[in-house]
Amino acid sequence: MKSMADNLQLNSEGKLKHFLTIEGLDKSLLTEILDLAESFVDMTDNQVKKVPLLRGKTIVNLFFENSTRTRTTFELAAKRLSADVLSMSISTSSTSKGESLLDTIRNLEAMFVDMFVVRHGISGAAHFIAQQTAAHISVINAGDGQHAHPTQAMLDMFTIRQIKKDFSNLRVAIIGDILHSRVARSQIQALNTLGAAEVRVIAPKTLLPAYVETLGVSVSHNLTEGLKDIDVIIMLRLQKERMSSALLPSESEYFKCFGLTEDKLKIARPDAIVMHPGPINRGVEIDSKVADGPQSVILKQVSNGIAVRMAVMSMAMQKRGVV
Amino acid sequence: MSRIDISQGRIIDPANDIDRIGSVYIADGKIISVSDAPAGFNADIVINAENQIVCPGFIDLSTRLREPGQSRKATFKSETLAAASAGVTTLCLQPDTSPVIDTPAVAELIKELAEKAQYPQIYPIAALTQRLEGNELSSMLSLKQAGCIAVGNASQPVRNLLILRRAMEYAASHDLLLMFRPNDYWLGNNGCAHEGALATRYGLPGIPEAAETIALSHCLELAELTGCRVHFGQISCRRSVIKIHQAKKYGLDVSADVAIHQLHLTENNMIPFDSAYHVLPPFRTEADQQYLREGLAGGTLNSICSDHQPHDLDAKLGAFPETEAGISSLETLLPLMLKLVAQHAITLEQGIAALSDNPAQILRLESGALTPGFAADVCVFDPNQEWQVNSENWKSRGVNTPFWGQTMKGRVTCTLQTGRVIYNQKSSLHL
Repeated sequence: MKSMADNLQLNSEGKLKHFLTIEGLDKSLLTEILDLAESFVDMTDNQVKKVPLLRGKTIVNLFFENSTRTRTTFELAAKRLSADVLSMSISTSSTSKGESLLDTIRNLEAMFVDMFVVRHGISGAAHFIAQQTAAHISVINAGDGQHAHPTQAMLDMFTIRQIKKDFSNLRVAIIGDILHSRVARSQIQALNTLGAAEVRVIAPKTLLPAYVETLGVSVSHNLTEGLKDIDVIIMLRLQKERMSSALLPSESEYFKCFGLTEDKLKIARPDAIVMHPGPINRGVEIDSKVADGPQSVILKQVSNGIAVRMAVMSMAMQKRGVV
Repeated sequence: MSRIDISQGRIIDPANDIDRIGSVYIADGKIISVSDAPAGFNADIVINAENQIVCPGFIDLSTRLREPGQSRKATFKSETLAAASAGVTTLCLQPDTSPVIDTPAVAELIKELAEKAQYPQIYPIAALTQRLEGNELSSMLSLKQAGCIAVGNASQPVRNLLILRRAMEYAASHDLLLMFRPNDYWLGNNGCAHEGALATRYGLPGIPEAAETIALSHCLELAELTGCRVHFGQISCRRSVIKIHQAKKYGLDVSADVAIHQLHLTENNMIPFDSAYHVLPPFRTEADQQYLREGLAGGTLNSICSDHQPHDLDAKLGAFPETEAGISSLETLLPLMLKLVAQHAITLEQGIAALSDNPAQILRLESGALTPGFAADVCVFDPNQEWQVNSENWKSRGVNTPFWGQTMKGRVTCTLQTGRVIYNQKSSLHL
């Protein structure tokens, strides 16, 4: 299978131009993102939270799908880099007037934009925009369909590294709706690239894509067995509509089988951490006591989101000697 | 009408078991001899076919010309010329035009358009159900009388099996062939790629083989129950080939075709998110492709179709799942068939039969062979001529092909339909 990342995401010097997917990026580049993010984390503790790295640059957040957290952290990240930011919720503006995705992009290009941060409900949308947009514009994928959500994956890697230091001995379990999850796909690629000892997915068959093992994971359909020896537990959000589409019988049965409770948590390694990309469905995939408990790093993930997005944005702009 | 001598080519006519150097003599639109010159035959036109292959004109069981209704994608004029230049002398038009071919009036309109275009013979396939919705039967007999050669529901599934049963019973009553693309609506789940490793990695909604094989199995059962003749179109996977093989062995009157690109591309060849590879049924695995090739060589799959679907640029500009499926494929039909021969998947005779005699038999046409008395539908091609798939050489309005920019080997030099030269590579006018 050909990799799309080779030519599109990197410039001729192998530097990041767009950030669309983890696929095709090597360990050293992912590590570079994490290292740079670390310098920004230290900075956000300062009284003055801004650096002038992207001063004079215009970044447009193009959100074709609703999101509060992701959009906010991208906005804050851009502002802390001193860029001008415009956030657009497209579902409520031009596309409802029949404008095509490409026309929307062309119009914004004409306004001298330097970067698009794109969230879209269809797999491949960010990739399409990166292919079509003017050469000087960078595209950051903030989630496309069921394909990829690379900044979320990188902030998760950042959080794991903060606590666990090294990936090579880590066993990571990703639990829940892998089938529909762009987050899971990006996490799996990032963990494998960074050299995690094992990535395990735990879910009923209805929530696993076909041939999931080809992604480089081991598979379990049983949470009690699956949690053994696990260092990092990543819970995924379960959408309510999965019941109506006959993927699951009920929320309560799902919670009984795959919900993370204090008892279940004890099966994992005693120092295991609990993560969740949010928003959380308390009592569906995770018990409140675990979500708010001492092993949870869910809010840490959110804070780290800003630093990681600052790192990715500044690296993508670096290609033209901006930084 | 002129008398034509196609001279000194290698004549390959699978139906008559001919493979030798010689001449084909044509008069009054008909083949009159493929051996000796008839007494007193004076040719008005001599076509020098030295070092070329002379074979029956190709019969394509599944094409879209986009008219009526979608002339921004393509027109009868552009696509029938593309067909003629590809050696195609007869083609079956899928009923998913706009309006759908579900009334005699639309069939008549298509006949008019075809006569104006003056290139290959065009046979509309009548819609099996009104508006292809799968709810009510179309007026199949009237459609047959208006020139439709078969019935089918194009890419639209008939979800209700009782309606499919009744439609098949009704078609059988009027001795109509059902052309059926097996695709279970629910299992297909609005997918856009083969449910496999690639779809999983790229988060694309997948279509499992079972969407095809289950619909196929249902239709095979109903073929036995109703006695309807069925031709399965655009088969894409291993288990379908096995099921069709078993059904034939069991004695059911069924046949099948495969789209040419399915014999050359798999999911592994796809460039991620490149809409040129968006096709339905989707490109599947290497194992599936191997079975399709073997099915063709062994006769389980009777014919090769182009499944030609020209698109405008906008239709292919977008995120992969949102783009329209289909490949503009008439003009690569012959070179890709020859590539199968070069790769020893099939013999040249099998390849030509799969494009001529076999589809003629499926449609029960007196065609697809160079038999004296048959209409002179002839294709002359140079198996060694190389050409590039580019805008200079391309005739279809649709440039949506994953083979764009590639070099093809094998090119049609002359096409005759009922004794008329409808394409001549050397003439810029294409007559």
